[in-house]
Amino acid sequence: MPKKRVAIRNHQAEAALFSRRAVVCLAIVFAVFIILLNNLYTLQVKNFQEFQTRSNSNRIMVLPVAPNRGMIYDRNGILLADNIPVYSLEVSPAEVRDLRETLTELQTLLQLDDDIVDEFYARLRQPRRFPQITFADQLSEEQVAQFATVQHRFPGINVEGRLQRFYPHRDLFTHALGYVGRINQQDVARLREMEIYANYAATRNIGKLGIERSYEHTLHGQVGYQTVEVNNRGRVVRTLDFTPPTPGQDVYLELDSGLQRLARYQLGTRRGAIVMLDANSGAVLALYSNPGYDPNLFVNGISSADYRALLNNPANPLINRATQGRYPPASTIKPHLGLLGLELGTITEESRVWDPGWYRLEGVQRRFRDWRQHGHGWVNVTKAIAESCNTFYYDLAHKIGIDEISSFMQRMGFGERTGVDIAEESPALMPDRGWKRARFNEPWYQGETLSIGIGQSFWTVTPLQLATTTSVLVTDGRRIQPSIMRAIGDGEQMTQRQIIEKEPIVLNNPSAWDTIRKGMEMVITDQSGTARTAFRGASYTSGGKTGTAQVAALSDDTDVRPDLEDVAEHLRDNATYIGYAPADYPEVVIAMAIENVGGGGRNAAPIARAMMDYYFATDDARAEMLLTQAAAYQQALADEQQRLAERAAAAAAARAAREAEAARAAQEPVTIEPDDAEGQNDAND
Amino acid sequence: MQTTEERQRNRWLAKIHIDGPLLLGLLALAVVSLIVMYSAGGQDQGLVIRQAIRMGVSFIIMLIVAQITPQFYRHYALPIYIVGVLLLIAVLLFGEVGKGAQRWLNIGVTRIQPSEILKLSVPMFLAWYCSRVHIPIRFWHVLLGLTFVLVPTLLIAKQPDLGTALLVACSGIFVLFLAGMSWRVVISGGALAAASLPLFWFFLLREYQRQRVLTFLNPETDPLGSGYHIIQSKIAIGSGGVEGKGWLQGTQSQLEFLPERHTDFIFSVFAEEFGFYGVIGLLILYGFVIFRGMLISMRAQSNFNRLLGGSITLTFFIYVLVNIGMVSGLLPVVGVPLPLISYGGTSMVTMMAGFGILMAIATHRRLVISHG
Repeated sequence: MPKKRVAIRNHQAEAALFSRRAVVCLAIVFAVFIILLNNLYTLQVKNFQEFQTRSNSNRIMVLPVAPNRGMIYDRNGILLADNIPVYSLEVSPAEVRDLRETLTELQTLLQLDDDIVDEFYARLRQPRRFPQITFADQLSEEQVAQFATVQHRFPGINVEGRLQRFYPHRDLFTHALGYVGRINQQDVARLREMEIYANYAATRNIGKLGIERSYEHTLHGQVGYQTVEVNNRGRVVRTLDFTPPTPGQDVYLELDSGLQRLARYQLGTRRGAIVMLDANSGAVLALYSNPGYDPNLFVNGISSADYRALLNNPANPLINRATQGRYPPASTIKPHLGLLGLELGTITEESRVWDPGWYRLEGVQRRFRDWRQHGHGWVNVTKAIAESCNTFYYDLAHKIGIDEISSFMQRMGFGERTGVDIAEESPALMPDRGWKRARFNEPWYQGETLSIGIGQSFWTVTPLQLATTTSVLVTDGRRIQPSIMRAIGDGEQMTQRQIIEKEPIVLNNPSAWDTIRKGMEMVITDQSGTARTAFRGASYTSGGKTGTAQVAALSDDTDVRPDLEDVAEHLRDNATYIGYAPADYPEVVIAMAIENVGGGGRNAAPIARAMMDYYFATDDARAEMLLTQAAAYQQALADEQQRLAERAAAAAAARAAREAEAARAAQEPVTIEPDDAEGQNDAND
Repeated sequence: MQTTEERQRNRWLAKIHIDGPLLLGLLALAVVSLIVMYSAGGQDQGLVIRQAIRMGVSFIIMLIVAQITPQFYRHYALPIYIVGVLLLIAVLLFGEVGKGAQRWLNIGVTRIQPSEILKLSVPMFLAWYCSRVHIPIRFWHVLLGLTFVLVPTLLIAKQPDLGTALLVACSGIFVLFLAGMSWRVVISGGALAAASLPLFWFFLLREYQRQRVLTFLNPETDPLGSGYHIIQSKIAIGSGGVEGKGWLQGTQSQLEFLPERHTDFIFSVFAEEFGFYGVIGLLILYGFVIFRGMLISMRAQSNFNRLLGGSITLTFFIYVLVNIGMVSGLLPVVGVPLPLISYGGTSMVTMMAGFGILMAIATHRRLVISHG
């Protein structure tokens, strides 16, 4: 029994011990729960604000919304730059599990080119502004519909619709309008510096050239914001708040689509540029450089093949010949020089010079030739302009001297940018002694002054510069800055541009203006005026001046002029022309330079005639003109195509003949390898 | 200790060997689980239904286990333990790899996770061992007991499954503590454990486990990497505030910023949507279940029953502590689910089997209580 009692006591003691330990455990449990609760209290009550903020910043995102870019219209309200909806396939690489496989699948599904895939991988490696990368742009409606049916199978890939710039007239306005292109790293840096990068947060394209670039701030508008709730993959769940973007303002241009088209039709396949200005307001009515190129190529980032083609095109379509082409002005600056002579008193209206067909500086053996072999006889300043007498101007330039010429011509606007509202402009060159010394480390030679007298030597101008300096001549010295932009905004909000004028040229001898204009009228009206034929029968009066710039000089030893057809094309003369109309109250001025076509009277003046005819015509007549001109233009293009084809065929035939000859020669001493024989068969085909 | 009155009231429950208050607590937790699950799973009814089915199965298992007298477990404690350890060795040798760890054993018909068996078999075996010797147990009993604990613990840690290893170790050590392991041993043991931490760090932990601990110590250093989970979880809990964002309104969970939100991090979803008040309520519920478990153990009739019941209850508490501590940033990330609420089958079955044993302890009573 005692043993049993001990056992029972043990049993009770053991139970008590367990209970004590259990109570200790429960106390610990209680304490731990208090610790847990205290920690949760800290999180949920004490630091609630902080965590609430962090929770919100997790889920709430502010997304920028790109504003719609302003439209661009011509002076008649014809749309030049449009916004069209496009659909693109956007990829969020972080959300796509097997990128390569997914893209291959999509490529076969939507029948996309390999190029598109390659370009995507190229973009993937580049630094980018948005988390999404465009896989394929310009999806067709069918492709969008096709993708929509299988979208659920492609997480991280979606179709995005947005507005994109479109230039309906393609290459007609390129050099004035410019284009927009993708914002690149340099643009980003520039926008950051200007502290307006935030405004571009959602914008893909920015004006790169021309009007699109100059009026970027006007056209772009103000970014909007969308406050959205997103999930952890950044996908938008719902919109909480929306501040709409302010669309960009529309821009109206001074350009006239009709004139622009006419300029293109007139130039046809010839390289060159035409500028037409409103003489009294500086409005750029036409600014066309031929050849142009399609600006739409650049909007989405030009493909390297397209870009290479443009760069390697011997006609240099990327150059804006109207503002960047530097041409010797040739005889078109004779009125300006005459004006200077009259102003300085070097000559009077009556002063005469005998032109035997050449001019010789005293003590110099070399003869400076006139374009008319046997000379113009006695010429005064007006006749010298009308007939474009070189000898008179050799003499005049020699008498005035390079210093006076340079400084006066610079006042007229030669050798400086006109300030037109596009950035792509060259100041061209008005040479002087200082320039010559700096450029060649040589003194100025007298012979060079003579060349200056007929607008050759180092003197270069842009067609736009020619036009503005002509407007100076016809407005008695007003120096109006040319402008492509006409007005900004739409409807009642529209603001017209201000006319900006530089310090005018005031002459001591104001009658010199009339004298010079009389000379320019005689170019049209005089029996031997150089543009007489071109303007015969015009319904309006006008003045002008032709120019023929030598590209290659003739040998001094020969007086024989080669036939134009015999001269290689790139050595042929450039044709230039300046003009204005009507003669009494000039409204418009025109200037042009056409490369390697021959004389200005034959090749440039008729174009000026056509442009002015159009300007003064009624609406119906204008439409009629464009219609016939368009047909002629198409014909000219077709002819050119054929000519090129014939030339290529002739070259191929010549080569084949040469090869056949070589083969026949080779046949006698050695046997021909079978491979070679096959090659010859191909060549003969 | 139980009054006659009480026994009479629960007569029909006692007949099917069910403890009423404990069942009530467990059912309440199950209801909370289904409600939170609907929100955490992105309002996926399928998920809720699957969880409900698992719960139903687990409750049936609990019911079955409750019908078996504790004597049975005592009888088979040793063989079950040996089989369990052998299975663990088998896992290390032939186990299947899943999620970077080797936990599963394919036994032809189905795959089993032997470490789950050990969660119950270790306390069972140690309770058996301690009930054979006199209580309070002596030092060398403790030493031997710890060895019995350490063998399966290390085998499980080697898989590696740190969470389960921790729970198995705890379940064994609780038995030893409840069996009256002397305080001196408790304190010096704790000191020894602390001293061996560096050893543990360098030789036992794998790289990713070390990373977890480092992340726990300073989650903000790696906000997008391994620290992301903890940061998002703390944001979820903290932004719940006092009253919570409301059911289905938790932005952290609904917008999927929370990782593992229907499994290990379900507490964060609950805290975000029901706030500090909800958290207090949930902890009271857990506290009630733990209290009831300890009460049942204290009222048990044998040392084996007491020790086993106490260990099961306290292990349940460890689940709660480790999970809530983890998601609220107090403890490192260890893959331990929130008991009875997290989605997942295996551990729930084990746990409910454990509660089945508790119910058996509460209801299979020898009628020898009429002594004075």
